[in-house]
Amino acid sequence: MEYFLQQLINGLTLGSIYGLIAIGYTMVYGIIGMINFAHGDIFMVGAFISLMMILALGLTASAGLAFMLLALFIVLVVAMVFTSVWGWTVERLAYRPLRGSFRLAPLITAIGMSIVLQNFVQVTQGARVKPLQPIVSGGFQIAEGTGPNQIVVQLSYMQIIIIVTTVVLMAGFSLLIAKTPLGRAQRACEQDQKMAALLGINVDRTISLTFVMGAALASVAGLMFLLYYGVIDFYIGFLAGVKAFTAAVLGGIGSLPGAMLGGLLIGLIETFWSGYFTVEYKDVAAFSILAIVLIFLPSGLLGRPDVEKV
Amino acid sequence: MADDAAGSVTTTSSLGEQRDVEAWKSAAAGEPPAHAMPWHGPVIAASLKDAVLVALVAAALGFFFLGLRTEIGVGTLEMTTRWNVLIIAILVVFVARLVLNLLVFKTSRPITTGIDRLAPSASALALIGRVLGPLLLVVAVALPFLLLEFAGGRARQFIDLAILILTYIMLGWGLNIVVGLAGLLDLGYVAFYAVGAYSFGLLAHYSGLGFWVCLPVAGFLAAMWGLILGFPVLRLRGDYLAIVTLAFGEIIRIILLNWYDFTNGPDGISGIPKPTFFGLEFSRGDDGFDAFFGLKYSSLHRFIWLYYIILALALVTNFVTHRLRRLPIGRAWEALREDEIACRSLGINTRNTKLTAFAMGAMFGGFAGSFFATRQGFISPESFTFIESAIILAIVVLGGLGSQIGVVLAAIVMIGGIEMLRNLNFLKEVFGPNFEPTHYRMLIFGLAMVFIMVWKPRGLVTSREPSAVLKEKKRIGADMVAQGEGH
Repeated sequence: MEYFLQQLINGLTLGSIYGLIAIGYTMVYGIIGMINFAHGDIFMVGAFISLMMILALGLTASAGLAFMLLALFIVLVVAMVFTSVWGWTVERLAYRPLRGSFRLAPLITAIGMSIVLQNFVQVTQGARVKPLQPIVSGGFQIAEGTGPNQIVVQLSYMQIIIIVTTVVLMAGFSLLIAKTPLGRAQRACEQDQKMAALLGINVDRTISLTFVMGAALASVAGLMFLLYYGVIDFYIGFLAGVKAFTAAVLGGIGSLPGAMLGGLLIGLIETFWSGYFTVEYKDVAAFSILAIVLIFLPSGLLGRPDVEKV
Repeated sequence: MADDAAGSVTTTSSLGEQRDVEAWKSAAAGEPPAHAMPWHGPVIAASLKDAVLVALVAAALGFFFLGLRTEIGVGTLEMTTRWNVLIIAILVVFVARLVLNLLVFKTSRPITTGIDRLAPSASALALIGRVLGPLLLVVAVALPFLLLEFAGGRARQFIDLAILILTYIMLGWGLNIVVGLAGLLDLGYVAFYAVGAYSFGLLAHYSGLGFWVCLPVAGFLAAMWGLILGFPVLRLRGDYLAIVTLAFGEIIRIILLNWYDFTNGPDGISGIPKPTFFGLEFSRGDDGFDAFFGLKYSSLHRFIWLYYIILALALVTNFVTHRLRRLPIGRAWEALREDEIACRSLGINTRNTKLTAFAMGAMFGGFAGSFFATRQGFISPESFTFIESAIILAIVVLGGLGSQIGVVLAAIVMIGGIEMLRNLNFLKEVFGPNFEPTHYRMLIFGLAMVFIMVWKPRGLVTSREPSAVLKEKKRIGADMVAQGEGH
């Protein structure tokens, strides 16, 4: 039981990170119908920017609580802003010239951009992994095991930060999409770009902003990943990106709550599989679940069924 | 809803193309566009403003990555600054953008209009298309001897490169059946390449069979895997199909990596036998190829033999594809690509059509994988990562979906290009001894992928030879080819 609880906490934490990345995929897919393959690498860029901001601010585990919270907030904001510029640039260079072109073209430039981002970071920052000393340590002990193994269920402060940040961002983000003019414009473009343009919505700007928002959320995931695992390299974007896209598809691509749900599910599946079966095949488990869900429920868990029109 | 978006996207594309065509026509007639400006002041001002903005974006992008660098120091990460690199990069971007603005983007007479006029007309292209194929074939057949004659000591290196390019051409042609003809977006093609390679590797390892026995077996097994993986995804379309095939590719790689007892895991399988020449080995001994024909022993002969094997395999792939397109099954593939619903309404069995496309594509991937195993003599899961799938798909799409000659051109440009980038050592003299040009290889590869695609979104070869004709052959122009909608 204690073991289960611990895995549940770990799974939710990992799932939150996947969910934050998955939102970027699902929004872009919803609005222009393409897989933004470079999104995982935007997440990696966000993690690197966070790492360098933390080093620049001299943030270590020995810092006081007030300074630490302030510094983490600054890191978060700076990472969001600078990663957004990357997201915007990728869209501007690789996707906008191909808008309205045939559908595989942006997919190829997206894969190209993914290769470019990975190798740019590799060339400029080196191929070796970057370890970071743990900054936020400690946590609560929720329950103490009674069995022979004496497993202690721990909820670390870092996990609290990740889950709380994700919940706050998700709530704010849902509000943004539901209530603000930008969100309205975004949903309008999702439904019918031409009609939205006729009604005076700047479609190009809305699409750019979608990429900016996706990149900002991915950078938050990058910071969380860095703080949680304490080690990053230029290649983390690929697997995280594929998993997050899997999450988006699982939840029903185009649906924001679906992306979050899919992220949590993928995180939980992965953690439980590693906890109870084998660590080596955790990715196989996640991908198999994806295939099975798609075969029986082709539009995902929360997606609207795709109506075929003749 | 997705269909709505796709619909509006197609309309905008045709509008955009119309506008482009008109602009091109007026430029071709030597007329300045309607908004010609005799006074250049605003152009310069606008160009400057734009260049400053672009430089600012470059500064934001490069600030962390060019301006700062993290290194693993004593016990902890250390950060060093290198503002000079950042400033140089910003200046380069500024100047480049300014020059481009003044000469191309903002001026009333872009210097690139002349380039459009240089492009051959449609009839000339048709002629080139007819001549280019046979010409390339002749060159390909004669290539090893040409290289032996003219390349001297580097012949071996060039034959090796030619073998590599031909392998990718074959993979491209195999994937072209799935993506180009049947319109099924497959991002996990490397799985079949891996199945082919491992079928041969494991058979050779456990039962000591040779290349020629294993080749058909590898193709058969890969085709079976094509069916197995194709079956669950029959109902999926477009990007869903893409992500599931990608997942399958990863699953196969992870299994190969972790099933240590059987596949030897990350250590791979070594000592895979080389192909024989009708039973003759390419060895120094008395029963070797050279002794049998009374030639002086040379290790080059084996490379030439490998070259002809892959050339023959690639040509078989091309020939089979070419013939299949004329059979009902090939026509069904193309019909499926154009419109799945219409296909079903007309009584085409879409399940069998899709499965045969997957199986055919996978079979050729399996052949290529088996060849890869014998060429390398060593295989490990590392050779079958997603990036391989991406490169093969990029070759198919950059070449122009469904175009056989396009795949050849794209493979030569992309694969030949990356290999050429290995020889950039002269750059060390420009940037100093610490500069490592090979690190920039994949960066340049990625940039080339993006720029070629933006420049020619429908690929290098855009016109199509129709599969079925009434009375006379007409070439189909790029604007008529509405494929790749991804159904």
